[in-house]
Amino acid sequence: MHDFDFVRPQTVSDAVRALATPDAQALSGGQTLLPAMKVRLAAPAVLVSLMHIPDMVFVRADGDVLRVGGATTHAQVAREAAGAYPALASLAARIGDPAVRSRGTIGGSLANNDPSACYPAGVLASNATIVTDRREIGADDFFQGMFTTALEEGEIVVEVRFPIPDAARYEKFIQPASRFPLTAAFVARHSGGARVAITGASESGVFRWHEAEVALTSDFAVQALDGLAVDADGMIADLHGSSAYRAHLAGVMTRRAVAAIV
Amino acid sequence: MDVSMTVNGRPASGKVEGRTLLVHFLRDDLHLTGTHVGCDTSQCGACVVHMDGRPVKACSVLAVEAEGAEILTIEGMANPDGSLSVIQQAFQDHHGLQCGFCTPGMVMSAAALLKDDPHPDERTIRDYLDGNICRCTGYHNIVKAILAASENASIAAQ
Repeated sequence: MHDFDFVRPQTVSDAVRALATPDAQALSGGQTLLPAMKVRLAAPAVLVSLMHIPDMVFVRADGDVLRVGGATTHAQVAREAAGAYPALASLAARIGDPAVRSRGTIGGSLANNDPSACYPAGVLASNATIVTDRREIGADDFFQGMFTTALEEGEIVVEVRFPIPDAARYEKFIQPASRFPLTAAFVARHSGGARVAITGASESGVFRWHEAEVALTSDFAVQALDGLAVDADGMIADLHGSSAYRAHLAGVMTRRAVAAIV
Repeated sequence: MDVSMTVNGRPASGKVEGRTLLVHFLRDDLHLTGTHVGCDTSQCGACVVHMDGRPVKACSVLAVEAEGAEILTIEGMANPDGSLSVIQQAFQDHHGLQCGFCTPGMVMSAAALLKDDPHPDERTIRDYLDGNICRCTGYHNIVKAILAASENASIAAQ
């Protein structure tokens, strides 16, 4: 990889300042960025580590909201969210492998918005709020397509606030070589209705399956999904699966999640 | 850039570039070549070391990110008298290695698992080794070795 200057601020404001320098890039756990830099897909002039800002590392249940610091690792969420929001802890516990979970962070995953990442599904189905150094962004506005988010240049995910649903489940059909989901569904049953988020399937990244949400909101049961299917149009097709296969998987994973909840 | 950390209980420092990976600092600067580079793309797990008590892939951590950290490598696993640790001995007893290239990472991952969960079942062990690849495909005996180590009464004390 190309060399770079490295800074490790200890406050959010210092990090924002450092990210204002030309060609600066935030580094969290580095489990995606460092491999990308090795193959020179990314070559920032300055790397700003977000891993040494104490205010960005926490898991805290605050009434019916679970608050997670942006630089909190998957391993820590898996351990510390298990009581307050077990479905989210279970999602975190299945990202990558143990060594990846020791480094990778929720903020890094969301800022990257890989179309097959796990966290975007949990955030979107939970209707979480992404708190940055400058504003709050609702999950529905945050994800804007493959590797694209509402974040501006140099904007940092400081915290993610998850309204804790009455019940939720993450069903992941793993692609065993990458350990990303081939397709996964996060189903959350909120008091105001059901939310269903699908990752790994669409060329536009994580998305809500609105038809299923309407059906589950009126009757939260597997049978409520009878006859419903995700449209294969716009789904990812690669050597691991056709778009029709992924669309089918989205339906299967959603049904499994609902069956596990009821 | 100057970097200093604790490696296997001893202070270690050196000058590195920003882009120097932890695994290269360990191998090239500290000459601790037990930690292997298998793939360099964070797939294979041959470079797993412990950083502040947690397993990490040393090929996917910058050396400067380990500033001030406690690092444990395969060289720090043996007992103080030089005899093999329980896990290492179990790998030998159960033929948990063939060519041996993946072994340092396997042992470090096994040690991380048993620290959190001293008595895992076979399924848990296999799941935990998701990020460690053995190209000899010697998984069966690796899992047997870790199961045997977990049955050793002294493992919880390690």
